[in-house]
Amino acid sequence: MNARELKELFPILQQDVNGHPLVYLDSAATSQKPRSVIEAVTRYYEHDNANVHRGVHTLGSRATEAYENAREKTAKFIHAASAQEIIFTRGTTTALNLVAGSYARSVCGEGDEIVITPMEHHSNLIPWQQVAKATGATLKYIPLQPDGTIKLEDAENTITSRTKIVSVMYVSNVLGVVNPVKEIAAIAHRNGAVMVVDGAQSTPHRRIDVQDLDCDFYALSGHKMCAPTGIGALFGKKALLERMEPIEFGGEMIDHVDLYDSTWKELPWKFEGGTPIIAGAVGLGAAIDFLTEVGLDQIEAHEHKLAEYAYGRLSEIEDVTIFGPKQDRAGLVTFNLGDVHPHDVATVLDTKGIAIRAGHHCCQPLMRWLNVSSTARASFYLYNTEEDVDRLVDALHQTKEFFGYGIG
Amino acid sequence: MELDDLYRRVIMDHYKNPRNRGTLEEGSVTVNLNNPTCGDRIQLQLQLENGKVKQARFTGEGCSISLSSASMMTEAVQGKTLDDALGMADKFSGFMKGESVDFGDYEDIEALSGVSKFPARIKCATLAWNALRKGIEHEKTK
Repeated sequence: MNARELKELFPILQQDVNGHPLVYLDSAATSQKPRSVIEAVTRYYEHDNANVHRGVHTLGSRATEAYENAREKTAKFIHAASAQEIIFTRGTTTALNLVAGSYARSVCGEGDEIVITPMEHHSNLIPWQQVAKATGATLKYIPLQPDGTIKLEDAENTITSRTKIVSVMYVSNVLGVVNPVKEIAAIAHRNGAVMVVDGAQSTPHRRIDVQDLDCDFYALSGHKMCAPTGIGALFGKKALLERMEPIEFGGEMIDHVDLYDSTWKELPWKFEGGTPIIAGAVGLGAAIDFLTEVGLDQIEAHEHKLAEYAYGRLSEIEDVTIFGPKQDRAGLVTFNLGDVHPHDVATVLDTKGIAIRAGHHCCQPLMRWLNVSSTARASFYLYNTEEDVDRLVDALHQTKEFFGYGIG
Repeated sequence: MELDDLYRRVIMDHYKNPRNRGTLEEGSVTVNLNNPTCGDRIQLQLQLENGKVKQARFTGEGCSISLSSASMMTEAVQGKTLDDALGMADKFSGFMKGESVDFGDYEDIEALSGVSKFPARIKCATLAWNALRKGIEHEKTK
């Protein structure tokens, strides 16, 4: 895999920003899109656009085929047993909210427990807070080690026979930690709980096999894996999805409607009310083709190398604090530069054409745990190179100089 | 986009040596505001007397732009009538949209003119002013 050649497949990366060639280091927020994905979406709108599962005309059939084809690809991509187990959603947030709103609310009650971690993204935290409030269940946290990792022993001690749901992110968008979700799933199952995996930051970067992980639910976002925004998916084991009630009603999910009662379509359509995000699904299918062609193992290895390189080079800068474990991290580095506020860091980098993220990364409890109000984050994808890291490090040195060291 | 446009000496001075940082006694108006997208937060306290802002103090955390703007705002509004202070907040909004605005005898604020060229940072600069507006409006509707 050659990142420099891959970069050329992304039109947006071929531009100058503020007078410098763009270095995009914010892929954990959203990834850029390769030409093949942009063209697939354009082609769909230019040739096939129609509503799905309704029209008996040719375009209707083409649109339906394109949409369902994308579902098949998604199922294969994460190794689901069948395409019926893939519900298209707007993204990870909607997927997790579907599990919380439908499954969790029907199984949780007073005395039950929901187990998560303090590193969760707000999308995998607030839905569970809401379920706990609505059902009287208790929200429990697996504690973090000083470097931000989870010890299985702590998971063992937190998950009990009263636990109904365990929900953990596979890869942390702040710490770069890769959580042992397969092992945690086994603990959850031994205690009779279901395992939910937030796959927003893992699906774009590593080979996913939901059957091997043996998770019950797995949520993913398209836009972080080269697909358009507004499309994502929830994987759920068929037996569980069949037991669940929809939380959105109307349009496509309907089977038979009477004046006072109605029935739903079979899986997966019973969860897809309204006209779905058809072009988004087509784009997701094209993104999956693209990523499969590059190879997920190659992508993971490339980013791992890049993160190690970045960790090393950033550590050379005096008074940089890097958050998260040194070893076994995913492709991002979260840091602070002395006393310079992350916003100021991000603005200086922006004037040099370098895009990073500054803020709390939708992880306010984790920021408090780290004892900071916000951090800067450089996140990598298949199109990033060591040269990008070098540009980042040079710009950070200049930032330090500009702000005069020890400001505050 | 030149960094020096954004981070002028006056701004860095207010950031390093914030004016009116601290808290006031009981009986003053307290406003807590945060910027949920970035985690910046400010607590603004106003001591209002005879329809005027007698004292303004702030605490909180944030970037150089938000803290220097807070420091300038507190200096600018002390001694002003509530209506004049609100008027300044309005002026500041226009200023952030790139309008050229006269802040009268308080010129430091003009150093923030570069912020309008950095759209992502406008909300940093306006946080303290929004807190001011909220505090005064709350007092007026009492």
